[in-house]
Amino acid sequence: MSVAEAKTETPENEDRSDDARSFFRAVVESNGLVVFLAVVAALIVGALLVVVADKSVQDAAGYFFSRPTDMLSAAWTAVTDAYAAMFQGSIYNLQADSFSGAIKPLTNSLTFSAPLIFAGLGLGVGFRAGLFNIGAQGQVILGAILAGFVGFQFHLPLGIHLALAVIGAILGGALWGFIPGLLKATTGAHEVIVTIMLNYVGLYLLAWLLNLESFQAPGSDNPKSPPIDGSAQWPKLLGDNYGLHWGFIAALLAAWGVWWLMERSTWGFTFRAVGANPSAATNAGMNVKLTYVLVMVIAGTLAGLAGGTQVLGTEKALTTGIAGSIGFDAITVALLGRSRPAGIVAAGILFGGLRASGPTLQVQANLPIDIVLVIQSVIVLFIAAPPLVRFLFRLPSPRLVKEVTA
Amino acid sequence: MKLELRGITKKFGDFVANDKIDLTVEPGTVHALLGENGAGKSTLMNVLFGLYDADGGEILVDGEVVNFAGPGDAMRAGIGMVHQHFMLVHPFTVAENVMLGHEQLASNRLLDVEAARRRVLEISDRFGFNVDPDAVVEDLSVGAQQRVEIIKALSRDANVLILDEPTAVLTPQETDELLDIVGQLRDSGTSVVLITHKLREVQAVADTITVIRLGKVVGTALPTASQSELATMMVGRDVTMAVDKPKAKPGDVVLEVTSLTAMDENGLTTLDDVSLEVRAGEILAIAGVQGNGQTELAEAILGAVKATSGSVTLDGEEMLGRSIKSALNSGIGFVPEDRTVDGMVATFTIENNLVLDLIDQAPFSSHGNIDVEAIESNAQDKIAQFDVRTTSSKATAGSLSGGNQQKVVLARELSRELKLLIASQPTRGLDVGSIEFVHQQIVAERDKGVAVLIVSSELDEVVALADRIAVMYHGKIVGVVPPDTDRNTLGLMMAGAHEEEAA
Amino acid sequence: MTTVSASVHAGQVTSFRSVISEWKAVIGYAVIALVALVVFGLRTESGVSTSFAISRSVDALQVPTFSVPAQPVTLTLSVILFALTGYQAWAKLRGAAVGVWLPIAFGVTFMAALLTWAGAGRENTNVAVTGMLVSGVFLAVPLVFGSMAGTLCERSGVVNIAIEGQLLGGAFLAAVVASVTNNAYVGMLAAPIAGALVGALLALFAVRYWVDQIVVGVVLNVLVIGMTSFLFSTVLSDNTDLNQAGAQIGAQGGVVIQSLPIPLLSDIPILGPVLFDQNALVYIMYAIVIVFQIMLFKSRWGLRVRAVGEHPKAADTVGIKVNRTRVRNTILGGAIAGLGGAFFTVASGLAFSKEMTAGKGYIALAAMILGRWNPKGALLAALLFGFADALRIQLGVIGSAIPSQFLAMLPYLATIFAVAGLVGRSRPPAAENIPYKK
Repeated sequence: MSVAEAKTETPENEDRSDDARSFFRAVVESNGLVVFLAVVAALIVGALLVVVADKSVQDAAGYFFSRPTDMLSAAWTAVTDAYAAMFQGSIYNLQADSFSGAIKPLTNSLTFSAPLIFAGLGLGVGFRAGLFNIGAQGQVILGAILAGFVGFQFHLPLGIHLALAVIGAILGGALWGFIPGLLKATTGAHEVIVTIMLNYVGLYLLAWLLNLESFQAPGSDNPKSPPIDGSAQWPKLLGDNYGLHWGFIAALLAAWGVWWLMERSTWGFTFRAVGANPSAATNAGMNVKLTYVLVMVIAGTLAGLAGGTQVLGTEKALTTGIAGSIGFDAITVALLGRSRPAGIVAAGILFGGLRASGPTLQVQANLPIDIVLVIQSVIVLFIAAPPLVRFLFRLPSPRLVKEVTA
Repeated sequence: MKLELRGITKKFGDFVANDKIDLTVEPGTVHALLGENGAGKSTLMNVLFGLYDADGGEILVDGEVVNFAGPGDAMRAGIGMVHQHFMLVHPFTVAENVMLGHEQLASNRLLDVEAARRRVLEISDRFGFNVDPDAVVEDLSVGAQQRVEIIKALSRDANVLILDEPTAVLTPQETDELLDIVGQLRDSGTSVVLITHKLREVQAVADTITVIRLGKVVGTALPTASQSELATMMVGRDVTMAVDKPKAKPGDVVLEVTSLTAMDENGLTTLDDVSLEVRAGEILAIAGVQGNGQTELAEAILGAVKATSGSVTLDGEEMLGRSIKSALNSGIGFVPEDRTVDGMVATFTIENNLVLDLIDQAPFSSHGNIDVEAIESNAQDKIAQFDVRTTSSKATAGSLSGGNQQKVVLARELSRELKLLIASQPTRGLDVGSIEFVHQQIVAERDKGVAVLIVSSELDEVVALADRIAVMYHGKIVGVVPPDTDRNTLGLMMAGAHEEEAA
Repeated sequence: MTTVSASVHAGQVTSFRSVISEWKAVIGYAVIALVALVVFGLRTESGVSTSFAISRSVDALQVPTFSVPAQPVTLTLSVILFALTGYQAWAKLRGAAVGVWLPIAFGVTFMAALLTWAGAGRENTNVAVTGMLVSGVFLAVPLVFGSMAGTLCERSGVVNIAIEGQLLGGAFLAAVVASVTNNAYVGMLAAPIAGALVGALLALFAVRYWVDQIVVGVVLNVLVIGMTSFLFSTVLSDNTDLNQAGAQIGAQGGVVIQSLPIPLLSDIPILGPVLFDQNALVYIMYAIVIVFQIMLFKSRWGLRVRAVGEHPKAADTVGIKVNRTRVRNTILGGAIAGLGGAFFTVASGLAFSKEMTAGKGYIALAAMILGRWNPKGALLAALLFGFADALRIQLGVIGSAIPSQFLAMLPYLATIFAVAGLVGRSRPPAAENIPYKK
């Protein structure tokens, strides 16, 4: 019996990443088609929503049976307008006068992707260590709070100021990761619940701070901090014409660092062993509890850096909405990227692009940014269930059904 | 009721677990299904019970073809099953477990718990089970849980009762009681299918014996057949029960355990004032029914279970209070009893499993940086040395058969310089070939001068491997005896009798 | 192997840790009582008073507002807290069980001290006790529905993180259907459909495709937020008659949801308005909690559901359809949460707006955990959170030194303490989040 079961068990991809090439292969190989089809399926769902929402389609639907082509062409126009707007808002602006203007959307996408990559990396580390960290949102907020505070409160020389603010981001995020890690290690409290709850605690903490005079711009009663000093801002990457800043490069470096950590360091080996089988890891002399704490601190650090990028690079002031929905989007980024750094960078850029297209969608196609949420979540749902994608697209199923884990 | 299986075939992927199996259970008989671990016995019974869909063949009840879509159908047809891993809902009471699935309702349309209680008491009294219907199952001993399982099947008026490896968790005396019950059931007209790999039990109680090997029926036999005939049929070649080993040359005391006491998380004693010593170059085997503290003893020496008092010394150095890491580094090798849960990471490659506890040491890493090539070449060596059957060292450990998984665990544990090797249930679930290999490795380790501590609930294994036997019962060492002590004495000691009383 | 070690009876450990854990109730009470004494008792200005209003202007039976001297009262109440702590310690020493009345009495006394302290010396401001309690029950409604949904799903082994999405979906559909039919009750009846749909998706991915249940839950929440926000900003804002507040529906002669006082019972001071002068959704809530409490623990259905959530294979071997049970429960749970979603729109007389559930689904999840996966417990926890919310609003009215954000954090902090085992170990169903594969 046990022999039979063992033989039919699915060989997980988990550890093929042991060789360097698979770092780049992990996303493309085997799952590549599923990922592509999931994106296609999500765009179709998005298109359906666009059609439903479009006024001229609704009008044409009123006389669908007398002139069906009217509705179909209206629908076609609505969908192509929407996706054209999305393309122009996130990659290349065809209406721009110059090349430098035309690629501005792409640089915006990269700017949006930086915090998603940071936080997604943190979640990915947690997922692979068997920790379901839903708390990136809170960690982003705490990172933003401390980074922002250092940024507007102190006035320090160039370089040192930014470095200190970034350290603030790290400390804030790490603290908010440390708490659930410690509670899990000492009391067994489930990290899903604790991190969800800490998200809200962080949110209210931020709201309270921004109510304090010391966190508000002088002479203002708005829940918005004074602007971050120039010396604490991430420098622009491509000059002042573009919003893209060095935070994006830092995110790419972090991705490389996380790859090294997880694939090439003894820590990462331990993290993965603990994630896959904590009791075997214990018997191999690994300290599982310490691992939980470390992993959560690292996850929090990366999410905190995401908050830092937002406040020091993109928003340049602390507001109640500083974290947006980065923490939740990062979950989808990590899942889409299958918790691998390369995958997370790709997924982060994709979702960053979707986000960046928001204003253009609104202006050109009169569609709210919320459609991005739908596309994002549908992609992740489909990717999590390859058999469903195969069923929808009538693909032959592989001999071994791959089980989906975070 | 007469039960027939004709040409049952069940495949898992390319693996044929059951290959055209025929089996007939006559009414009112005890039919033993004998076979090695992995021979396909449980698979066959799961097909019969409707848990698996067969890929071929048919099941007949009293001459009529039946189709079981699920266990519910099988039970309605009068088939009951006591699974090797009990199918009891732990937080439920005995009565709730027994009524589950065929609940009687009271006049208010809610559960009639009283009726279920009466039913439990009635069956319990009939067979002298002494089971309290209101007890919560998780508080019961393993033996009592098994009786609950039997009550569960009987309360559904089972005409055929399948017992899957029922004695694995019982003392010899409890085993005898169970075999008595089997006899009573037969006399009351219930047929029993007894799935086992233990020859003694088969001879004691079976009316008919069917032997299966590698998923095929290799023959039938009568209980009068000799043990060696049955064993040869089961394994497919002559087997010697004994392990070929030279006499031990015990050296200095390596492991000394003194008054070791430990508790579980509920504050109940698991180890009660345990003292023993193991010398270099000898094998001390701990015999006992599972759950009498052997697992905790092994884990307490390793440091995985915290002791509340006492001492454990290795070469005179105190080990209590140290981390597992430091225990491993000071020369303890540990083969856990459940290798898939505690001994390896199934989703990791064989390569990585072979360095699971060595990853932070040279040559596999330096300054936290992993050396992939060193890990690869280590794997090549170990796979050759331990004859691990695999297509690639990059295959996952989970894709290996049980025997090969155990070889990987053993290869890893033996790759350090050991002073003490602790192996719990080292051959559980393995085929005979792997069992022999593992036994040879353990003896070889002993002959290198390592102190060896074996924990096994298989008396055959204990007797075959041990230079001395320590018997544990309820967290205590009942006595330490030589390996030629007779089985009956050992059995009584496993039930708590002291050596003098037992002999 | 708890089973065997349990049979090996032996002495209890008395380590420092276990002393802490055995006495944590007493220690917890003592700390709270001390806080009450120091903050409310000693830091209340002497010589000022606090005035309370029991009756609301609409009540038939009017109890006049009254004032109490603040400091003597807070001091007395602190002493009572210490007395209750002492009783708990005494009971503990004798090994006697303490009834549920003690934590309730303790909580009520603490609240009274807090309100007396907060309202001390505030001219022309009454502490509106009944009003606060009424709004506490009302604010608890979505939490109760959500936690029932969670309990129902998790008892069968499916983690339902998607409560938030189910509430939001229910709120959305209720508003739209009520606006279209011009009848808020029809909207309320439609709400479960949206929740059930989300539940069905959860079941599809979790049960059929074995996707991690937490992943599906989180993603479904994002999906529902995206869908409803998108439709709100497009279709609903283009056609405002699809999303009307109760007042508008009423103005057009439509049917709106109003409170339905139960004769006689609703006239009881305090309890009457709090419990028996509510709207239909609240009465449905009472019924659901009672029915689930009985069904889950006394009926065949409940026994089977719990078996599926604890040990699905054992359930399968006695002929119970594990995955069918899970799918049904998940959809039913979704429907219940969906119905709770009606609270936000039709039952409150409001139109739908973006993300209007604002994390209540997660608080419902917390209530389920605090209530230890029991309908009764979840109800109490949800009420506690509801009262905390009402207290926050009340203190905002009185103007208190406690920042409202900290009070808003309370449910979340309480849950963290709960799962960390500081208020008793909670044990979730054993097979939770494990897909059942044959």
